[in-house]
Amino acid sequence: MLKILKYSFYDLLRSKWTLIYFLFFLMITQGLLYITGDEAKTIVGLLNVVVILCPLIATVFGTVNFYNSREFTELLLAQPLKRRDIFIGQYLGMTLSLSIGYFLGVLIPFVIHSFTYSVDYTVLSILLFVGVFLTFIFSALSFLISLITDNKIKGFGLSILTWLLLALVYDGMQLFILSMLDNYPLEKISLVMTFLNPIDLSRVLLMLKLDISALLGYTGAVFNKFFGSSFGFALSLSALLIWTVVPVYFINRISMKKDF
Amino acid sequence: MLADTHIVCSDCHIGKVSNAVDMSERGDTIIIKSGVYTESLIEIDKPLTIIGENFPKIVAKGGEKIFHIIGDSVTITGLEFMEVKRSFIEDRAAINIQGGNYISIINNRFTNTFFGIYIAKSTGTKIIDNRLISNNKKEMNSANAIHAWSSKKLLIKNNYVEGHRDGLYFEFCDNSIIKNNHSYRNLRYGLHFMFSDNNKYKNNIFEENGAGVAVMYSHHIEMYKNQFLNNWGQSSYGLLLKEIKDSKIHYNLFKGNTKGIYGESAIRINIVHNDFVQNGWAMQMMGSSEQDTISHNNFIRNTFNVSTNQNAKNYNVYEKNYWSDYTGYDLDKDGIGDVPHRPVKFFSQVLGYTPEAIILLRSFFIELLNFIENIVPVLTPENLKDLQPLVKQIDNDTISKHI
Repeated sequence: MLKILKYSFYDLLRSKWTLIYFLFFLMITQGLLYITGDEAKTIVGLLNVVVILCPLIATVFGTVNFYNSREFTELLLAQPLKRRDIFIGQYLGMTLSLSIGYFLGVLIPFVIHSFTYSVDYTVLSILLFVGVFLTFIFSALSFLISLITDNKIKGFGLSILTWLLLALVYDGMQLFILSMLDNYPLEKISLVMTFLNPIDLSRVLLMLKLDISALLGYTGAVFNKFFGSSFGFALSLSALLIWTVVPVYFINRISMKKDF
Repeated sequence: MLADTHIVCSDCHIGKVSNAVDMSERGDTIIIKSGVYTESLIEIDKPLTIIGENFPKIVAKGGEKIFHIIGDSVTITGLEFMEVKRSFIEDRAAINIQGGNYISIINNRFTNTFFGIYIAKSTGTKIIDNRLISNNKKEMNSANAIHAWSSKKLLIKNNYVEGHRDGLYFEFCDNSIIKNNHSYRNLRYGLHFMFSDNNKYKNNIFEENGAGVAVMYSHHIEMYKNQFLNNWGQSSYGLLLKEIKDSKIHYNLFKGNTKGIYGESAIRINIVHNDFVQNGWAMQMMGSSEQDTISHNNFIRNTFNVSTNQNAKNYNVYEKNYWSDYTGYDLDKDGIGDVPHRPVKFFSQVLGYTPEAIILLRSFFIELLNFIENIVPVLTPENLKDLQPLVKQIDNDTISKHI
């Protein structure tokens, strides 16, 4: 598996897409730091970029990469190799290269910034951690979708649709449900709904570190109490882990049975 | 007849404060040496000066009130009052001023007293340089540090109050000045003003109080250069304005509060040259607030700048403020943005109806709706906008230096 991981990792590094991804984050982080001169503002600016863009890029990249390397995959399948090694290796290779691009792209400007100013590393580490997790989750989802659908166009469409649902439509639905039921106590419902969507969960984890005073109104205090506790944090972490592990499990299972 | 001086100490001729008070004539001075005196219910009905040396401790005997002042021109300085116990029947205070005028309470300490200083029906009384510290846990069974009722021309200056129900409380008190006080971690309000007109408060710091500062049912109040910091709580405000008219709020700093200013029926208020920094809501002005002028303020990195419960019309003037989230441009370089700024966001209106939706804060979907609402206002009052938003932050510190 390591060999395949390494191969697809280097393949992506060579294709320069990872480099472009890295440069993009480097530029946007450096740019924000330069313009605002303030790390808190920069993280607020990065919040939506990370929470929306990381999943999108992971989705698009995952799908394109899967279909492009299909012939290579078929070649590998003809070899005496475990299917699990082939698919999981490819998945990890791709995800790792994307994650590293993102991770360094955001980290390096902050490290440079920290030479002259003090940087709050808790918020930064949550930002980095959340971005990496989202990359893992959404590349797994897109990998899974591409694995199921042989038709390129259909697979691509489905992946984008999944992203759109989780990034945009879900929040709309949540707002709709909350405002429909506004005569009832809604704290628990909104908590549960947030947990079911990795993008929302990531956003809330970050937001709680950024907008504390707004959140300490009555309802905010309820959320803050929950997510602020170590139990809440552990639960959020496990929710994100489940979102990663479940698609990977299905990639493994379906790839075993699939007839190429 | 010349005024006498009486000295009180544990092994002196006079061993008790109450004996000294009984013995003295009008205008006498009582000096209390350091020590512990367990006494209460000392009534003062004549002009006296009571001076403590090295803060002698007066512990309330039976937890009752300590000094009860009904005469005029009494000065109390340099004492430490302790352990006035709570009562649900009477308003027990370490110093209870009932009708005495021109009283000076200067440089005393109050530790765990129920009410610290209770002023009723008094004119020209001065409360200066006192420290009142309590460690109450519940609003229900705690009382106010400095409590003034039906009084005039008070001067409350340089006091530090902590851990009471209300730090400073004024009801029916007119023409008073409250300045340089620090009100910290009180359970309800840092300062509570009711039915009190023509008062000034200046240079005070209100920090981490349960619900900030409340000014209600009053008019002609001047609030200058105060700091409202980190007032967090379930219904928490930096400054709560309710039924208040013709007042001025200038050069204040609102930082890190759940709501910077909350206004209900606040009429003809001048909110000028204030800094609103990193509050949840910088200002929440309800529909009943009219004819207010909000200008030359800095709104910096608040989660929401302005919210209101009206969606049709706005009766206040917002002009020439600096908004840190202003996205317009200034082509003619006159320092005033060419595009009006709308400080009310769609989402802050939604939160008015569904507070739980706060969990969607900063979601991409919400930002999208905010953007659309900004172009085509539906939920937000169409005419609530700053027609001349400033491009650069105002340096209020420099401007207010001479005040």
